[in-house]
Amino acid sequence: MKGLPPVLITAIVLVAGFVLCAVQFPNIASTRVVGNLLTDNAFLGIVATGMTFVIISGGIDLSVGSVIGFTTVFVALAIDRWGMPPLVAFVAILALSAAFGAAMGAVIHVFDLPPFIVTLAGMFLARGASFLLSTESVPITAPVYSTVSDFALRMPGGGRLTAIAIIMLVIVIGGALLLHLTRFGANVYALGGSRAAASLMGVAVGKMTVKIYMLSSLLAGIAGIVFSFYTSAGYSLSAVGVELDTIAAVVIGGTLLTGGQGSVIGTFLGVLIQGLIQTYINFDGTLSSWWTKIATGVLLFAFIALQQGLVALARRPVRKSLGAAT
Amino acid sequence: MTALLPRRGLAQILALIVILAVDRVVSPQFFDLRLQDGRLFGSLIDVLNRGTPVALLSLGMVLVIATRGIDLSVGAVMAICGAIAASLADTHSLPVVLAAALGAGLACGLWNGFLVAVLGMQPIVATLILMVAGRGIAQLITEGRIVTFSSPDLVWLGNGAVLGLPVPVAIALGMVILTGVVVRGSALGLLIEATGGNARASELAGVGTRAMILAVYVWCGVCAALAGVIAAADIMGADANNAGLWLELDAILAVVIGGTSLFGGRFSLVLAVLGALIIQTMNTGILLSGYPPEFNLLVKAVVVLAVLLLQSPKLTGFAGIVARLRRTKA
Repeated sequence: MKGLPPVLITAIVLVAGFVLCAVQFPNIASTRVVGNLLTDNAFLGIVATGMTFVIISGGIDLSVGSVIGFTTVFVALAIDRWGMPPLVAFVAILALSAAFGAAMGAVIHVFDLPPFIVTLAGMFLARGASFLLSTESVPITAPVYSTVSDFALRMPGGGRLTAIAIIMLVIVIGGALLLHLTRFGANVYALGGSRAAASLMGVAVGKMTVKIYMLSSLLAGIAGIVFSFYTSAGYSLSAVGVELDTIAAVVIGGTLLTGGQGSVIGTFLGVLIQGLIQTYINFDGTLSSWWTKIATGVLLFAFIALQQGLVALARRPVRKSLGAAT
Repeated sequence: MTALLPRRGLAQILALIVILAVDRVVSPQFFDLRLQDGRLFGSLIDVLNRGTPVALLSLGMVLVIATRGIDLSVGAVMAICGAIAASLADTHSLPVVLAAALGAGLACGLWNGFLVAVLGMQPIVATLILMVAGRGIAQLITEGRIVTFSSPDLVWLGNGAVLGLPVPVAIALGMVILTGVVVRGSALGLLIEATGGNARASELAGVGTRAMILAVYVWCGVCAALAGVIAAADIMGADANNAGLWLELDAILAVVIGGTSLFGGRFSLVLAVLGALIIQTMNTGILLSGYPPEFNLLVKAVVVLAVLLLQSPKLTGFAGIVARLRRTKA
């Protein structure tokens, strides 16, 4: 039952929003648009899945956007300049990003530092490293890229479920299973609920912290590969600011930023809501792109205020019985 | 407190001297100053001038961080206030422009403070809202264009000179003195530190913690507004997309370099501003040395990590153990 009401609210907002959009622009209610929605937000969905784990555990990861940027540049250079086979390049970059995340997790745990500032340093580091590799946009011409881009499952109504959308869906489902059905997932919730209590219960806090940030960076690496499929290029400035979109999606999805509560499915719905706003603005044509940011901000505020209210309600009887404890 | 200050600031002052020395090696004319048209010119003045926005931001940020908060929205607030100043500059007089821009900054600060102090939101989350929406609002004001202006008054604010100093530097200096006098000249600073140290205990002791938190976010908003106006005046235009982009991170970095703990409870205004200068001296040094500016981010990352590790409670504990072991051996 944990975290169910916020997820339900997110789902209701998504459905209501979709219906509203469909009433105004009937064409939105087609598998074509839905397919594009999934494709356009594939990388966001993947990286948001990782961020959900981090935030539920009570942390935050600001480095994901930079890791995506670094990955696109690395993959592009590795395949097109250094002549690596694409698969080898993918494995290399995933190993690299996993190691990067593990290092951040280790620093956070060993030196007892706030995740916010450690991952901020990681953000500078990864972005700086991608600038060092190349400051220009590197096109990727490997045949794998055109095959993957052309691959799509036909949906009824002419929609295309592309390969990267399928990768995203698989990762979201995998993430949900990992979070809700395994011991690892239970430990993530325990860490976010109370670090000290989790440690006393026998959760290896250090190992968990390293693994959680490793997972987040690994998924950011996968998102980077997906992003390079999406754009067929590597560019050091790609995915700037994605960490904000990701955090927004996670929060709109009903995950508590203080940790301990949330779900991957909610995050997925949050990503779709952001995509829906973008789609609506594209369909309208007269609205400018900055309305996306304002709408996202308003939604963020609404959801956080709602959570705040729910938490206050949930705490009220406890506070009465314990006197003035917070 | 004042007796402790030199010892606390020693590392930062040494760091600044070392970086300045490196800059001198890289560029032999680094310390050259010359007076021209009643204004000083030279790399040092350049460092001060370029460092002004971050110095102003860190001035507000350090107070927020002292209350155990953080303000991610300062970059977006800069963009909003710069956009307002630029769009009013050619049709209104300077006082009106300044009042509008600073008023907007005040309103933004009030909003952040309201969310944190009254609704009890986590500072990162509360200010994230304005960080995301703020840039959209700024673009709404400029209608997505880069608004340029030619009002000589506002241009003077970015490029003029007072007593030989560039106006932005003079403004920043004035703000540092003003903030210092208000905060350290009264019990306000102590109350802010108390709020950050333990909000609940301070409240029970009679400190108006809500008012304190509200006040620091408002001040942070005003500082950001000033930084935004100066940044707009400097380039004679407002770019809603790029004005103040990622400067919130530089401001936080400056505060951290200044030795203020992210866990709140104590702060130093002067050291935070010194931190901003250290960052700018590094940036200028990298530019002068002919390395690509992309190195900036890498150097910054290394500096953040080094400062963090030095500040880490675990490491200081470790150093203490080592020192004790040495003493027992000797």
